[in-house]
Amino acid sequence: MSDVIPLLDIQNLSKNYGARVGCRDVSFKLYPGEVMGVVGESGSGKSTLLNCMAGHLTPDTGQILFDTRAEGPRDTLRMSEPERRMLGRTDWAFVHQNPRDGLRMRVSAGGNVGERLMAVGARHYGNIRHAAEDWLERVEIDTDRMDDRPAQFSGGMQQRLQIARNLVSGPRLVFMDEPTGGLDVSVQARLLDLLRGLVRKMGLSAIIVTHDLAVVRLLADRLMVMKDGDVVETGLTDQVLDDPQHAYTQLLVSSVLQV
Amino acid sequence: MDDYNFAYLDEQTKRMIRRAILKGLAVPGYQVPFASREMPMPYGWGTGGVQVSASVMTPDDTFKVIDQGADDTTNAVSIRKFFEKTANVAVTEHTKEASVIQTRHRIPEELLTEDQILVYQVPIPEPLRFIEPRETETRKMHALEEYGLMHVRLYENIAQHGAITTAYAYPVKVEERYVMDPSPIPKFDNPKLESDAIQLFGAGREQRIYALPPFTKVVSLDFDDHPFDPSKADHPCALCCSTTSYLDEVIVDDEGGRMFVCSDTDYCASRQPKEEQAA
Repeated sequence: MSDVIPLLDIQNLSKNYGARVGCRDVSFKLYPGEVMGVVGESGSGKSTLLNCMAGHLTPDTGQILFDTRAEGPRDTLRMSEPERRMLGRTDWAFVHQNPRDGLRMRVSAGGNVGERLMAVGARHYGNIRHAAEDWLERVEIDTDRMDDRPAQFSGGMQQRLQIARNLVSGPRLVFMDEPTGGLDVSVQARLLDLLRGLVRKMGLSAIIVTHDLAVVRLLADRLMVMKDGDVVETGLTDQVLDDPQHAYTQLLVSSVLQV
Repeated sequence: MDDYNFAYLDEQTKRMIRRAILKGLAVPGYQVPFASREMPMPYGWGTGGVQVSASVMTPDDTFKVIDQGADDTTNAVSIRKFFEKTANVAVTEHTKEASVIQTRHRIPEELLTEDQILVYQVPIPEPLRFIEPRETETRKMHALEEYGLMHVRLYENIAQHGAITTAYAYPVKVEERYVMDPSPIPKFDNPKLESDAIQLFGAGREQRIYALPPFTKVVSLDFDDHPFDPSKADHPCALCCSTTSYLDEVIVDDEGGRMFVCSDTDYCASRQPKEEQAA
């Protein structure tokens, strides 16, 4: 593994909100095709970490090296804003917990999926529409709903539409913030199934932030546990969940209701 | 008349507006903020256009105002009178004779020359406004050339109606850089934005000035498989028989009778025989 260049290399990332700690001194590497789960309770800094990595927040210290297609690893924090925003709509994808944050509710489903293509210069209506159709099928949305607005969709469909909208540009790195939050369990299961299929098929790397251990068990190869802004435990997902070492991880694992 | 400074505005204000105009000309299509003044007319009646006209006007100019192509509508008449009174400039209804033309919603049919200035009244200068309500965000989008959303709007048009139905204020890209709102002119007029004349756009309420220098490249946004179409009503003018001018549809009776006439009154009148004009 040592010859492979990590897709994302986070070094000593810290972010404070005034005197309060967001996240502290986080370092890890994410390799191509790998899915990393970040778990922890509310306020543990996992969303702060994700937003720092995705460029939505500026960390106080640290480096975020991303292996760009053209120039190899570059620190995204030192990039110019146009470059960073370009990454945000080509190589990166961000799936919000609430689909309303990630979708344009007043634009049709097809337009939502096509937006990224048009943003990078697609100017052929037929081709854009065809790509949108293709992606709606992949996320199991009927193509005759293509010209409906997301407001008319159920929560699960909205979330799947958001995923289609993000993956249409063929990103290499997907950030997900509680992708299954707020969905009922049967819908969650279908969404997870879909995500797992897409991640495997497209060879995506992903960072999934969640408080749901079942989600990471299904999707993540590796797991990072956060508490009060610190990473308290990392390891292979099964290893961490089956044999938790840190007291907090033990508490977290034992808190899950067994049905 | 001596109670007014030349062309109503004080010299400091005109200087400030001229600076904004020069900056606008230097960066074609870029919206330059300016300190819009209170004018003796309501917002939406052309306060931006009037301020720009006042700032570029000289005592030797000949001034023309059109509103939807017509010289004789309330708005056109009152603005023309305003400058007659405050600047004592010559006024005309003939496009050829005018050196400064203020317009609302049309470009004259007659091709403009290098000696002319066309001043537009603009209600909403920001072409991205209906897609992105935040000014901070639209400015950033202009700065970073993030114009994908403009095409999303056109995409939605085609998806819903089968064709691009935007008929006026049709967005254009200027010199392959800034996306610009050409003010609510019909898209029929868009090709005429590539002109020999200086074109200045003033938005009073929104406090923005932007400009197109002569011979600037202006491209209407479209898709490869749905190209831009500067359409007009498929009729000849009922008065002057022109088949190439932009037409207004006029309802003439209660039975649904209608006629199509040139919206540019000066152009139409110049094409009609003299005796008919007198009648």
